Amino acid sequence: MVWFRKPKYTILAPKKKDMPDGLWTKCQSCGEIVYNKKLEENFKVCPKCDYHFQMNVWERVKMLADADTFQEYDRDIRPTDPLKFSDSKPYAERLVEAQKKTGLAEAVVTGEMIIEEAPVVIGILDFNFMGGSMASVVGEKITRAIERAREKRLPIIMICSSGGARMQEGIFSLMQMPKTSAALGLFAEDSLPYIAVLTNPTTGGVSASFASLGDIIIAEPKALIGFAGPRVIKQTIQQELPPGFQTSEFLLEHGMIDMIIRRPELKLTLARLIGFLT
Amino acid sequence: MNNRLDFEKPIIELEQKIQELRNLASDESMDLSEEIKRLEERLVLVKKETFEKLSPWQRIQLARHPNRPYTLDYINSIMEGFIELAGDRLFGDDKSIVGGIAKFNGNSVAVLGHQKGRDTKENLKRNFGMSHPEGYRKALRLMKLAEKFKLPVIVFIDTPGAYPGIGAEERGQAEAIAHNLRDTARLRTPIIVIVIGEGGSGGALGLGLGNRILMLENAVYFVCTPEACGAILWKDRNKAPQAAKALGITAKDLYNTGILDEIISEPIEGAHRNYELTASGVKKALERNLAELEKLPVEEILKTRYEKYRKIGKYLEGDGIT
Repeated sequence: MVWFRKPKYTILAPKKKDMPDGLWTKCQSCGEIVYNKKLEENFKVCPKCDYHFQMNVWERVKMLADADTFQEYDRDIRPTDPLKFSDSKPYAERLVEAQKKTGLAEAVVTGEMIIEEAPVVIGILDFNFMGGSMASVVGEKITRAIERAREKRLPIIMICSSGGARMQEGIFSLMQMPKTSAALGLFAEDSLPYIAVLTNPTTGGVSASFASLGDIIIAEPKALIGFAGPRVIKQTIQQELPPGFQTSEFLLEHGMIDMIIRRPELKLTLARLIGFLT
Repeated sequence: MNNRLDFEKPIIELEQKIQELRNLASDESMDLSEEIKRLEERLVLVKKETFEKLSPWQRIQLARHPNRPYTLDYINSIMEGFIELAGDRLFGDDKSIVGGIAKFNGNSVAVLGHQKGRDTKENLKRNFGMSHPEGYRKALRLMKLAEKFKLPVIVFIDTPGAYPGIGAEERGQAEAIAHNLRDTARLRTPIIVIVIGEGGSGGALGLGLGNRILMLENAVYFVCTPEACGAILWKDRNKAPQAAKALGITAKDLYNTGILDEIISEPIEGAHRNYELTASGVKKALERNLAELEKLPVEEILKTRYEKYRKIGKYLEGDGIT
């Protein structure tokens, strides 16, 4: 006797046209389907679970700058392929793909903007460009931005999101860590403020250089922040990692950052801090 | 001879052959001197050929050789009266980094470096030369001490990388390395860095910012270990030899990019085959670079150190390559 028959109905898979691209986004954290327009209005933060989606450079500029005040620096610096690096795909090809995908020449955009009437120099890393990785161009543009801020006696803000140093430029990438850090050392001697904003994710050579050197360090909620990636640590120690390990909240608990600020409050927080320090 | 490497096989075979002939000659009182002489000449040639054309992967094996001289070997052979200083005054004493004060040619210097272990027991103590934040913080404390007492700083680099672990992250591994980079860039005393084995990424940089960067012939310096690079980009750790080649990790590669100031030659079969000869090469290079730097006023030391790193990087701008 068959108690359980196959049900006499089928589940229709939703067709593509039922969910047009670009109208809705599924939250990576809670699974909620969010109307894109609402997501944009909410600074790309999930209204249900407060998950902070990654933002691209221009979304960051729009969110932070007073209207039409952003002036970009060094637009014409472009990457090259000093090692003629090729793994499963040539580095030169990866660069072209990343440029097409993001519309950016490299993983960082630098410039000047006004935040609540205060002029600042800013650098914004874009994770969509090869994981926000730091190679020659990223290091050079950030160093120039720091040097210009020093000349103009302006505060500098770095919005970080990066997997670390880019392997494809080998030692050139690695040496951007001392280069940017040395520029910040000089900058600090002039008593000018540097604020680092750590967003999801900030790891490796970026976290072990300019991202960790802010006079004030702010993190967005629940961002992954650390030196080594969680997978590498897990492999090394052969143990499960504790829950919440390497999150913004973990760093705050361990005294590594000053505060966690939700995105809707970020602009005003930056403006207030700069107001106190300049 | 223990710990010989795969690519030394032809050399080992020849050496064995020569030994056999020698034994035979003495046991049977035969005259084999012609034959032995011929093989010995061939041995010299094979050694030369093998070690002149080492691949980056073969050099890594030499750089990681368990008999290779480590920081304390150099300190004990080219300096006098080393007094080790311990601890970061914050959390603990990381024994993967050793440091202190010593005399070099009669003058006081601060000296520090990564320290690997010779055997399992010592490697556990030294954590295989992989440091925690307290190691980098100890190093910075010693460098600030050097600045205060106007001593030049000599640094030996030999680490696979900074340790990736829970405690290291909890105590701010990234912060410790970043802090060292910023503060050593502005340290008001000369810093000479010598890469003696592995220059492992951020773990090397944590001690490795200086006015002069010197490197032993078979030492390597990499943005990430070739094994990790192979695993990430080729999805296969066994592609490490290819990754080693692609990453440009050898002393010669670094010299050609302008990052390195000087390559220090090693004895023909690698530093581990002749400690004294290696150490005397290191000593001479140190003397020369130290003498040059000590002539410069502090402001010049800072300015040239800044410029050294400022110009590193290759990119396109306008119509040209920089």
